[in-house]
Amino acid sequence: MTQVQLLTLVNSAIAFGTVIMLGALGEILIEKAGNLNLGIPGIMFLGAIGGLIAAFFYEVGGGTSPLVGLALSFLCSLLFSALGGLIYAFLTISLRANQNVTGLTLTIFGGGVAEFFGASLNTLAGGVGQISVPITSSAYIAYTSLGYRGILGKLLFGHGFMAYLAIVIAVAMRYFLNRTRSGLNLRAVGENPATADAAGISVTRYKYTAIICGSMIAGLGGLFYTMDYIKGTWANDGTIEGLGWLAVALVIFATWKPVSAIWGAYLFGFVYWAYLYIPGLSRSTLELFKMLPYVITLVVLIIISLRKKRENQPPAGLGLPYFREDR
Amino acid sequence: MRKPTAAHEPLIRMAKRGEALPAWQSWGIRILAFLLSLVVSGIVIVAISGLNPTTVFATMAQGAIGTNKRMWVTIRDAMTLLCIAVGLAPAFKMRFWNIGAEGQILVGAIASAACMIYLNTLPPVLLILVMIVSSLIAGGIWGLFPGLFKARWNTNETLFTLMMNYIAIQLTSFFVAKWENPFGSNSVGIINSQTKAGWLPNLLSSGYNGDYGWNVIIVLIVTVVMYLYMTKSKHGYEIAVIGDSENTARYAGIRVNRAYVRTIVLSGAICGLAGFVAVSGASHSISTDTAGGRGFTAIIVAWLAQFNSVVMVIFSFLLVFLQKGAQAIASSYNLNQEVSEMITGIILFFLLGSEFFVNYTVHFRGKKVSKA
Repeated sequence: MTQVQLLTLVNSAIAFGTVIMLGALGEILIEKAGNLNLGIPGIMFLGAIGGLIAAFFYEVGGGTSPLVGLALSFLCSLLFSALGGLIYAFLTISLRANQNVTGLTLTIFGGGVAEFFGASLNTLAGGVGQISVPITSSAYIAYTSLGYRGILGKLLFGHGFMAYLAIVIAVAMRYFLNRTRSGLNLRAVGENPATADAAGISVTRYKYTAIICGSMIAGLGGLFYTMDYIKGTWANDGTIEGLGWLAVALVIFATWKPVSAIWGAYLFGFVYWAYLYIPGLSRSTLELFKMLPYVITLVVLIIISLRKKRENQPPAGLGLPYFREDR
Repeated sequence: MRKPTAAHEPLIRMAKRGEALPAWQSWGIRILAFLLSLVVSGIVIVAISGLNPTTVFATMAQGAIGTNKRMWVTIRDAMTLLCIAVGLAPAFKMRFWNIGAEGQILVGAIASAACMIYLNTLPPVLLILVMIVSSLIAGGIWGLFPGLFKARWNTNETLFTLMMNYIAIQLTSFFVAKWENPFGSNSVGIINSQTKAGWLPNLLSSGYNGDYGWNVIIVLIVTVVMYLYMTKSKHGYEIAVIGDSENTARYAGIRVNRAYVRTIVLSGAICGLAGFVAVSGASHSISTDTAGGRGFTAIIVAWLAQFNSVVMVIFSFLLVFLQKGAQAIASSYNLNQEVSEMITGIILFFLLGSEFFVNYTVHFRGKKVSKA
């Protein structure tokens, strides 16, 4: 393998990793509040289509400034994924619907909304062919000026700004969860809501906030996918759903630690793309190779349940409903 | 620390109902929620397409049951969905979160397709029987792993079965690439299109895919047997007790771990059988879309029906009807057919939310009356 090939592989691993890292970070925040949200793929769909819709109308309306497109699509993406999170939060917390079933429904709904608008937005607006938002996308993939100085420069600076944003979010989340009072309260809610409630922490408010903020972060994963990874277009192939489930898997792989999600995401990206560079793979064995991220996650899941190390366990209240009068 | 405030009654207060609502009221709430969801999705469709809602619903009905052929396709798909839901019900009833139906369907489908390809010289009836058994075994094995780990080490089954889905999807891609026909098409094509070996035959009519009567018979047999198993057998009783309280079950001397493994293997096996029905009775081919998200939809069917077999039949038909109807709208008005997923999502949100009003009452401040 040449140096150039290795660089390409690492860079595509980082781009791929950023999508699932953002999804996983959102899910970590939500799971820390005790909710297992299987709606992450749906929320990533919503975040993706929200950004695309804003950018599309901005560009169809004659907008030419990449930065305005960036701002609009970013805000709209956050809004869409927050709404998705709000539906999930309202159903699971206020109406006490089952978390798993609500999450799966959100995945169906989000996928439907995104793929419907992604495929028909252009037709509905009277255009022809595929939707495309090149101006807005150019703002997402504008490389920093340092970007072209040698291998190291390309490795460190050759990414859209959201790749760095994801790392910042991960580090900030680690600080929030471990070093701030609100973060500790949030973890208490996820570990044992009854105890947290007795200590005067508002379980409902913490859960709502965590789910909505987590959804916004996860939605950014979808936004990064449309704007950066596939360069401001749309493909109705359900890739985001697969990536969303991989994000849920990454949460386990990272054992609910935001910073571990960074290298875990890049590792997943590396494993996912490595087949391109392995000589002599036939088309069928290639498919077996793509199984690896899931097999690795499964092995991690089994190992953490075998070792029972306390700091690697899922939040104790994960997936369980909390209703004060039930005790 | 926050200052203690004087006790006051909150604006809205929720309480669990003291006694369960009579059946007609609880179903009334659900039906009301369903009608409400139809109104909302009607508004959405009209807003998107600018069509008259009555035209929309007429087009839906036409698309789902308008012709004999469409009617049979709706029945066929509802039966496949029902089969999966019936398979999932026992696992969910004991609070074993098997979200791996998607994978279990696929391995069942792989096993059936393999028999069709490699054993196509067997006598027809024998071949079908071999396919049924092998799909049951394949699905059962796919359920066995998460079951064993859950029973032995309490490994989280939701996440385990989720990963098994993706392993099954890649396994399917592997076999699709291996069996592809014609070469380079990246699809398996119709298996045994000449001899029709391993195809479920027509029951009532002749001609190519004239009806899907055998699908109905197989799935209804499974449904009835499962109903009897769940309500009349000792195993079914154990499942119900574990689902209500695992500790009570332990105290009563039920071997919980054994019940976990047994039930999840059964659950996986029936989902595997659904894979057989999908391959042998419907597509006569296999692809990664053979399960097509139905493993997830069926969870919602089973859950909303509260594992009641009759209600599961109704829900399966309802969801498939909506999907076919929405696809008809999409194709006649040049919209994307994903609109059906969106509408399904809206309806399910309403139905999920309605369960709250079945189980809880809402009190407003200052009023003594309860609102349901």
